[in-house]
Amino acid sequence: MNLTLHLFIWVPIFGFLVSLILPKKNETLISVTAFSTLAIQLSLATGFIAYWLFRGAKTIQINDLILFKNEEYVFQIDFLFDKITAVYLLVGAILTFMVTLYSRYYLHREAGYKRFFNTTLFFYVGYCVTTLSGNLETLFIGWEILGISSFLLISFYRERYLPVKNAVKVFSIYRIGDVGIILAMWASHHLWGQNITFFQLNNAELVHEHLQTHSIIGVFISLMFLLSATAKSAQLPFSSWLPRAMEGPTPSSAIFYGSLSVHIGVFLMLRTFPFWENQTSVRILIAALGLLTALVATGIARVQSSVKSQIAYASIAQIGLIFIEVSLGFEKLALFHFAGNAFLRTYQLLVSPSVVSYLIREQFYHFEPRSSSIERLLPIKLRNTLYVLCLKEWNLDSMLYQYLWNPMKWAGNKLNFLNGKRLMAYFVPAFGISYYLINENQMNVTALHWLPVFFAGIGLVLVFKSFTQRRSIRLSWILVIMNHFWIALAISLNEKFDSFESVLYLSGIMVAGLIGYLCLQRLFQQEGKMTLNRFQGLSENHPKIALIFLLACLGLTGFPITPTFIGEDLIFSHIHEDQFLLAGIVSLSFILDGLAVIRIYARIFMGPNYRTHATFSNRYF
Amino acid sequence: MPTSFDEHQVIHELKHFLPAQAPLMDFVHHNTLHAFQNLAFHEALATAHVKLGYQVYFPLENFRSMYQEGRISDDVLERVLVQKKGNAEAWKGKLLFGEYPTVEPGRVGALRGIWKSTYGIDLDSLVHPTLFRIIGSFLDQGISIWNFPLNGKSFLEAIRTLESTSFASMFYRKETKKLLLDPELSITDLLKKVVGDKEELYEQYLYDQQFSHQGWSGMVSTVEDLPQTLLDTRLIKLEDLILFELLLEFDALNYKLDQSWSPIGHFATEKIIPLHDPIAYSEKLDVVSLWQEAFEWTYYDQVLKGLQMEKVDSIQPHAKSFQAMFCIDDRECSFRRHLEALDPACDTYGTPGFFSVEFFYQPVGGKFYTKLCPAPVTPNFLIKEEGSEKKSGTDLHFSKHSHNFYTGWLFSQTLGFWSAAKLFVNLFKPSMSPATASSLKHVDKFSTIRVDYQAIENGLQVGFHIEEMAVRVESLLKSIGLVDNFAPIVYVIGHGASSVNNPHYAAYDCGACSGRAGSVNARVISQMANKPEVRAILREKGIHIPETTVFVGGLRDTTRDDVVFYDEQITYADYKIKHAEHVKLFEKALNNNAKERSRRFESINTSARASDIHEKIRTRSVSIFEPRPELNHATNALCIVGRRELSKGVFLDRRSFLNSFDYRVDLDGTYLFNILKAAAPVCGGINLEYYFSRVDGEKLGAGTKLPHNVMGLFGVANGIDGDLRPGLPAQMTEVHDPVRLLLIVEHFPEIVLKTIQKAEETYEWFINDWVKLVSINPETKELFVFEKGEFKPYEPLTKDIQEIDNLDELLASSQENFPVYLLNQN
Repeated sequence: MNLTLHLFIWVPIFGFLVSLILPKKNETLISVTAFSTLAIQLSLATGFIAYWLFRGAKTIQINDLILFKNEEYVFQIDFLFDKITAVYLLVGAILTFMVTLYSRYYLHREAGYKRFFNTTLFFYVGYCVTTLSGNLETLFIGWEILGISSFLLISFYRERYLPVKNAVKVFSIYRIGDVGIILAMWASHHLWGQNITFFQLNNAELVHEHLQTHSIIGVFISLMFLLSATAKSAQLPFSSWLPRAMEGPTPSSAIFYGSLSVHIGVFLMLRTFPFWENQTSVRILIAALGLLTALVATGIARVQSSVKSQIAYASIAQIGLIFIEVSLGFEKLALFHFAGNAFLRTYQLLVSPSVVSYLIREQFYHFEPRSSSIERLLPIKLRNTLYVLCLKEWNLDSMLYQYLWNPMKWAGNKLNFLNGKRLMAYFVPAFGISYYLINENQMNVTALHWLPVFFAGIGLVLVFKSFTQRRSIRLSWILVIMNHFWIALAISLNEKFDSFESVLYLSGIMVAGLIGYLCLQRLFQQEGKMTLNRFQGLSENHPKIALIFLLACLGLTGFPITPTFIGEDLIFSHIHEDQFLLAGIVSLSFILDGLAVIRIYARIFMGPNYRTHATFSNRYF
Repeated sequence: MPTSFDEHQVIHELKHFLPAQAPLMDFVHHNTLHAFQNLAFHEALATAHVKLGYQVYFPLENFRSMYQEGRISDDVLERVLVQKKGNAEAWKGKLLFGEYPTVEPGRVGALRGIWKSTYGIDLDSLVHPTLFRIIGSFLDQGISIWNFPLNGKSFLEAIRTLESTSFASMFYRKETKKLLLDPELSITDLLKKVVGDKEELYEQYLYDQQFSHQGWSGMVSTVEDLPQTLLDTRLIKLEDLILFELLLEFDALNYKLDQSWSPIGHFATEKIIPLHDPIAYSEKLDVVSLWQEAFEWTYYDQVLKGLQMEKVDSIQPHAKSFQAMFCIDDRECSFRRHLEALDPACDTYGTPGFFSVEFFYQPVGGKFYTKLCPAPVTPNFLIKEEGSEKKSGTDLHFSKHSHNFYTGWLFSQTLGFWSAAKLFVNLFKPSMSPATASSLKHVDKFSTIRVDYQAIENGLQVGFHIEEMAVRVESLLKSIGLVDNFAPIVYVIGHGASSVNNPHYAAYDCGACSGRAGSVNARVISQMANKPEVRAILREKGIHIPETTVFVGGLRDTTRDDVVFYDEQITYADYKIKHAEHVKLFEKALNNNAKERSRRFESINTSARASDIHEKIRTRSVSIFEPRPELNHATNALCIVGRRELSKGVFLDRRSFLNSFDYRVDLDGTYLFNILKAAAPVCGGINLEYYFSRVDGEKLGAGTKLPHNVMGLFGVANGIDGDLRPGLPAQMTEVHDPVRLLLIVEHFPEIVLKTIQKAEETYEWFINDWVKLVSINPETKELFVFEKGEFKPYEPLTKDIQEIDNLDELLASSQENFPVYLLNQN
């Protein structure tokens, strides 16, 4: 049984790796690889689930690889298989199988044929890791893969302006979800005193016992789960990202944003249900959020005049209902609803181009002038107010700017006095001095108490600057690296200093940072100096540098390809449970790190190519 | 001295430059750069490139590599250079090795770009999403469930009402709302606020603004001019859009810059070139235009040589098995060849697919009239379908109930699982469904079409009088030269297409029927020609149709390669027997045609059996995952106006429109005028739309169709916040070689010259070189090229054209365009 469970991870990974090395031109080979991978996965899943049901459908839990361990902290890969996993695995395999088959012909002759299937398989790897995960750490690996592959799928037409802009937007919201999970991990580490598996959450007594003494932290954890799920499942107030993700080829929008990706938030809520089962207030909050989303999203869906955004909002409304079902504890209903909604929206999106001939024919034969809708019953002033609000998507999109990015940009702009030279002149020596002082134990106790927050604050300032400045690419890059160093310094001061842990954390940063810097050097040599002011679209001219730089970006943002990934988690284990400020600063740093780095990548390698597109012609297409 | 700004005048001119594509349902091909048609071709292209930033030729590297591959002939290149430049050597150096800049920004956009360079704000991203959303909702034809509150008002009135009766606003600031509600507000007032006092910049600012979303502006402009193009009509003017957009800009600027901004005119420098200033000479454009000429003449030259070498005699009158008329459409080119190859005793003809009958059509149960004739014509007649109402199936996946959370809850838990099954079936066994757009649904095979005069309805005459019928039948028969030697059966076959998941379905159908199938026209003209009273009048005009001859309407589906005959009412025993023979022949020819088409499709093996391939072609037309059910007019390059004998023995690889015409029936060019009057804009329009969609897929074409999102049932955009994408999707044009149409007329040059000069708007196509014209002397086969207003003798450079015996082998050998071959007639 355990072996098969591993196969569900290894089959997609193997398929993904094979797909990477195939020749770009050979469409048949690429598509056959993709759908054979999915065919194998689908038949394995079907067979396994049948057998598992026959054997009584007992929850399976595997403690796997231990990646890191010290006396108080373990980073371990765990897997879990129960009926939630079974449904998600099966629905995912069915849909991905059918859509890869569909895309085989649909994407014929498209320039990014190989890239499409690579990214799809990569996404699927992330999906399987997430749904099979047995603890938060494992789930987080899959979660990160989903985020980055979503970014790549939305920006599939990377030479165009809007897909890239929207991909960055969606990525930034996913990033919020990521931090929700990080903070949940941080808090639950302190709550349990160990890394807990989902399986253990099913032990009601255990959960109850811990929560009784730590009710606030319990609520905090639940809220972080909810935050992550809300972001990922496009619930209020994050809903507006979903229609904007529909920039890739229709099949990718159909399967990922119509169905699988957007239901991952639901998965997280189902998975963590035993944890917040007894927190009535949280359950009410979830249900209320779901209900509000269902109402608002339905209103927005009703006024949409474009077919894909209508389906997107309709799907969001259903997910709102699923949130309610989950909060009420109707697990089976929620799973059933998830499967139905996923299938329905995928199909609706796939046949969405048909809507023209179908509805025009219907209009031709059955036209009635202005068929009245239910809103006629409302008083006119209220009706029109609601109409305008729905048309403007309740300002959800601009609100994100107004309350999230604009303050950050504002703060960043306040730092304009910090140019590259000054930064180097102040912060590098400051780092050196601080490091020296700490090592020599020259600090008094009060200072020690506040210094971590102060240092982390410096790191945050640096990354603010990195995220908002528009000129130097290299400066932005270096600032992100420096941010990590200040965080490392802050944390190492916070608890017993362990140089191995610091090295673990910083090794990935150093390597990725250096590689990225070299990529930039090389690019500047060939292309001359560039700024962050406009999109350069260079992936076409420098595909190899683009790939290596992307890997460097992933490394720098703590993606699970370097030890930094474990390091990030480790860092949080050294923040005390009462240090909400420090945790907040560090997690905000991580959000911004990711955004700053992805922004650099997008600006240099994506968007309209500066060689073939004049500045003012960006928007046409 | 700056001239004072006249907003109506400026907007009137601006409209002319915007894309003129109608909503998807009425997709009709036209010259994408129609606004520049008063200039000579290359000059027009250069102007459009400099002013509006369009790509107008293939990139230089493309031409150079085609030259290396031998696709542009060295001899032809030399000749072009000698003719145009005198000094061939020096120019050849420039063509082959000259270095030129790759990006040249167009003039449009530069002025408005100042917002970004001065204030660092992206005005487009603040204004466009709101603007598009509101215009889209206003125009929406049936996607939204909760409609824009219209109450029969025009756009601006509706917006004003909405704003004044709502607590929420579309604007950030209250003062903008106040401005909107001021009935005296004019565009000039707003330009003063946004651009400043420099009136000379107003026009340029409006061009910059409207060309930053030319798709939406073009749609609004088209709906303004042709309100009936939307079934559910809307009152909107481009001026409304501009006024509203200026308000949104003003609003966004105040919001973003907190009122501390100066109008854009303050920052305008001399670097901003006035849009309408004369354009400077560009050597790069000169070089690519020479390449373009060489590219075109490399192909033209072989075609002309082929026509000269071809020798096919006409069929003896007594031996004729049947005659068949088709549309001039290039997709009929190969099908006619296959018919003739299987039955050398048949005669085929080509004529615009509305078959000279123009009318509105109303099917049983239809709530609107559909125009069935070329787009510029407005008919006075109405034809109704009679019979029982047919059920068009419903597909619940398109139901609006699935979008509400309450009904959606039921839908997703029931229909949702059915969707998975349906998708599975669609992947493995695609079949016709209610979602398919099929030419067969245009008219029911078993219904009745009455052509006789019945009544007047809504200002239209229902049916035709006998004399009106006779005029149309006569004009049809004379224009194609079918005036004697009638075979026992004359088929009149219109065409249409089938596709699914394809918003551009109307572009697949017959252009001469305004983007619909040609089946009703074929039935109507056949019924007219079968009337004894009509034939009596025709006899007086010298056309003797024997009593034993019967006209039969039909429809060929160009995607599926299927034919239907509308012969339920024909009862002669003799006919049934003969027709049964012909049906078998048609089936075989259709198989062979499917096989020929399949060579361009990656997923079909062209060496397989013809009937097996045909099955796959049929499946293709109903597969939701197939973005290329057929390749439409891709590769079109020629239009031959002449007798079938002129081109019957030449293999033209489906690249030619074929219009039958017999100079002996029309010595003075009367019918020729009618033909050219239609062929130049129709075939030329198709050809140029393909040309520009191919060379600039970003701005003039619709780009790849894979991410398209349907807006309000009238257009497509990328994603949800994008501009509308007029033009053709890349999947339709990617195999197209962008060459102008070569129109070859089989008549004496002096007659052709006299004929084209009869109408200014027709002459413009030729004198400005948007269509290349060649006259071929019907007696001597001498060639004359129309250049600068006169016909000059032409001698092909091609020495010889290869003859082929086995077409099948050739077809299976390559996916690319073939050169011209002679067909071995034995």
